Amino acid sequence: MAKTLFEKVWNQHVVKQNDDGSTLLYIDRQLVHEVTSPQAFEGLRAAGRKPWRVSASLATPDHNVPTIGLEHGITDPVAKIQVEALGANCQEFGIEEFAMGDIRQGIVHVVGPEQGKVLPGMTVVCGDSHTSTHGALGAIAVGIGTSEVEHVFATQTLIQIKPKVMRVDVDGALPTGITGKDVALYIIGQIGTAGGTGYAIEFAGQAIRALSMEGRMTLCNMTIEAGARCGMVAVDDKTLAYVKGRPSAPVGDVWDQAVEAWSDLHSDTDAVFDHEVHLHAADILPQVTWGTSPEMVVPITGSTPALADAKDAVQREGWTRALAYMGLTENTAMQDVQIDKVFIGSCTNARIEDFRAAAAIAKGHKIAGNVKLAMVVPGSGLVKAQAESEGLDVIFKEAGFEWREPGCSMCLAMNADRLGAGERCASTSNRNFEGRQGAGGRTHLVSPAMAAAAAIKGHFVDVRGWS
Amino acid sequence: MQAFTTLNGLVVPMDRANVDTDAIIPKQFLKSIKRTGYGPFLFDEWRYEDVGQPEMDCSNRPKRGDFVLNQARYQGAQVMLARENFGCGSSREHAPWAILDYGVSCVIAPSFADIFYNNCFKNGILPVVISDTEMDVLFAETAAIEGYALTVDLDAQMVMTPSGQSFSFEVDDFRKHCLLHGLDDIGLTLQDAASIKNYEKKRQQDAPWLF
Ligand code: SF4
Repeated sequence: MAKTLFEKVWNQHVVKQNDDGSTLLYIDRQLVHEVTSPQAFEGLRAAGRKPWRVSASLATPDHNVPTIGLEHGITDPVAKIQVEALGANCQEFGIEEFAMGDIRQGIVHVVGPEQGKVLPGMTVVCGDSHTSTHGALGAIAVGIGTSEVEHVFATQTLIQIKPKVMRVDVDGALPTGITGKDVALYIIGQIGTAGGTGYAIEFAGQAIRALSMEGRMTLCNMTIEAGARCGMVAVDDKTLAYVKGRPSAPVGDVWDQAVEAWSDLHSDTDAVFDHEVHLHAADILPQVTWGTSPEMVVPITGSTPALADAKDAVQREGWTRALAYMGLTENTAMQDVQIDKVFIGSCTNARIEDFRAAAAIAKGHKIAGNVKLAMVVPGSGLVKAQAESEGLDVIFKEAGFEWREPGCSMCLAMNADRLGAGERCASTSNRNFEGRQGAGGRTHLVSPAMAAAAAIKGHFVDVRGWS
Repeated sequence: MQAFTTLNGLVVPMDRANVDTDAIIPKQFLKSIKRTGYGPFLFDEWRYEDVGQPEMDCSNRPKRGDFVLNQARYQGAQVMLARENFGCGSSREHAPWAILDYGVSCVIAPSFADIFYNNCFKNGILPVVISDTEMDVLFAETAAIEGYALTVDLDAQMVMTPSGQSFSFEVDDFRKHCLLHGLDDIGLTLQDAASIKNYEKKRQQDAPWLF
């Protein structure tokens, strides 16, 4: 029978089908960071358990690490304890860790694929919702809570209920200047932040196939903002070219054997989906969020909504609250919105392609006088090194951006990088929730090129007309 | 894990949609390496006028009087009413830990975000899904009647109001079983250790690049 990509990968990982409808699913890879793992390690210790298969896990600190002044170490004592706990736990339980100072350290979702630790057809988990990123490689990748992190350590499995499968098809060619980030925000704007609840989403169609691997990672990364369990893209030549030669990718005969197996990692032509959404690439403009949920998004040519257009009282209430929090009024043109800070980084947009796009905009310009801080934070030490070898750091610095050390940084502001109350930020991260980038901070989600352009102009602008 | 069977508890209404886990427990509290102690910081930014820090004493912090958790009539609540997509965003299990530590062990909403929903069951919290119209009834009655309490019966899969109305809800068999008995699911899974080993052996032959 014809199968979807999701079903194929799922079926290969079923250890046991339980009578109560749940499935015991084998997990190939667990990525670990400092914030959601200490209680899991503590649980193992308390129960006298050991990890089932240490080679399945890879750890790196990212959320709490400073992005500046690394020679002083971590100055926040609470953060320091957490990062040190990760190191001590990895040592005690024999888990590989890329610690601070290791060039391979970075945001888990950048590091995993970069190292070839995530491969097509794998099941991948991490105590982090943006684990969905890894679906770009044709993997089932889900974010889990700390109890499940412990469960995977102890048993190498997860108890799962099979989700339904949705295909989001974006046909046609993407207009110039439109990136994976714009596609992601546009899709969320169309289906809503709960539109994917209960589903695994497969992204398909000409526009998706045309995206680079980085673009696909950006897209799958934001699947969680649409409420879906995971996002996936079929394996093609781009996937293989990306994986080949990475430190943990197979080589020789095993590589050939793997490629043979991976050639089946696409949905069969007549596979049936539980739900299908069809969108047109030609309709996608550069996107910018105006509110406090990723679904509160408009094209750069648009405005904040008119309250009278809300579909019901709950939405009107939500819009009113969001406008008040964001310090905006209804019907405000997005291009008139001035910003205070710019953040280019996060597991959504801190890969080399993102920096190339942002640098192409910033080159030869200076950030606007009203922009107090514009920072570029690489997703990993290796991304940083690559960017520096291409001279991107110089372009950014000459334009007035700060060039930082790798980490999550102002995506969630657990370290010192954060917004002050009322400050407005053009950010390439994935969440614009109240307080996400600092208490009272106001976040607008955009692509790297849009963030760079906003930094130069001091307000949001349409990158399609950039010169 | 604490079992959940039936609960009769005071209700607190959280009347907004898309409440995310960043709001439930802000990031600065994620630096803790413990599972407990998050209750005083539940909804920290909405609840207090100052910015909370881990380990601080909350008893003298300035509170926002208009926030529901600060209203006298809702003190001691064990059941929370919520709107659609409750618990969206970050996978942080600190969110259910904070809710439980505060004293709430049942959240009723028209829909929940996936990871949060799952995390609740791992921590002895029952997330109940009922329809929007039924939610409207509960919100209205909670607002109208001081001391409004609901009975939630997991075994019968039923929410009962003081006036005797009842709303049924769905829950997966395996989650229900674990929650009713407070089971540690790692222990349960390890009963299948032989199946996991067999699977692994076969897989290692078929797909050696995964190991
Ligand atoms: S960059 Fe942001 S979203 Fe990504 S893992 Fe770090 S904190 Fe989470």
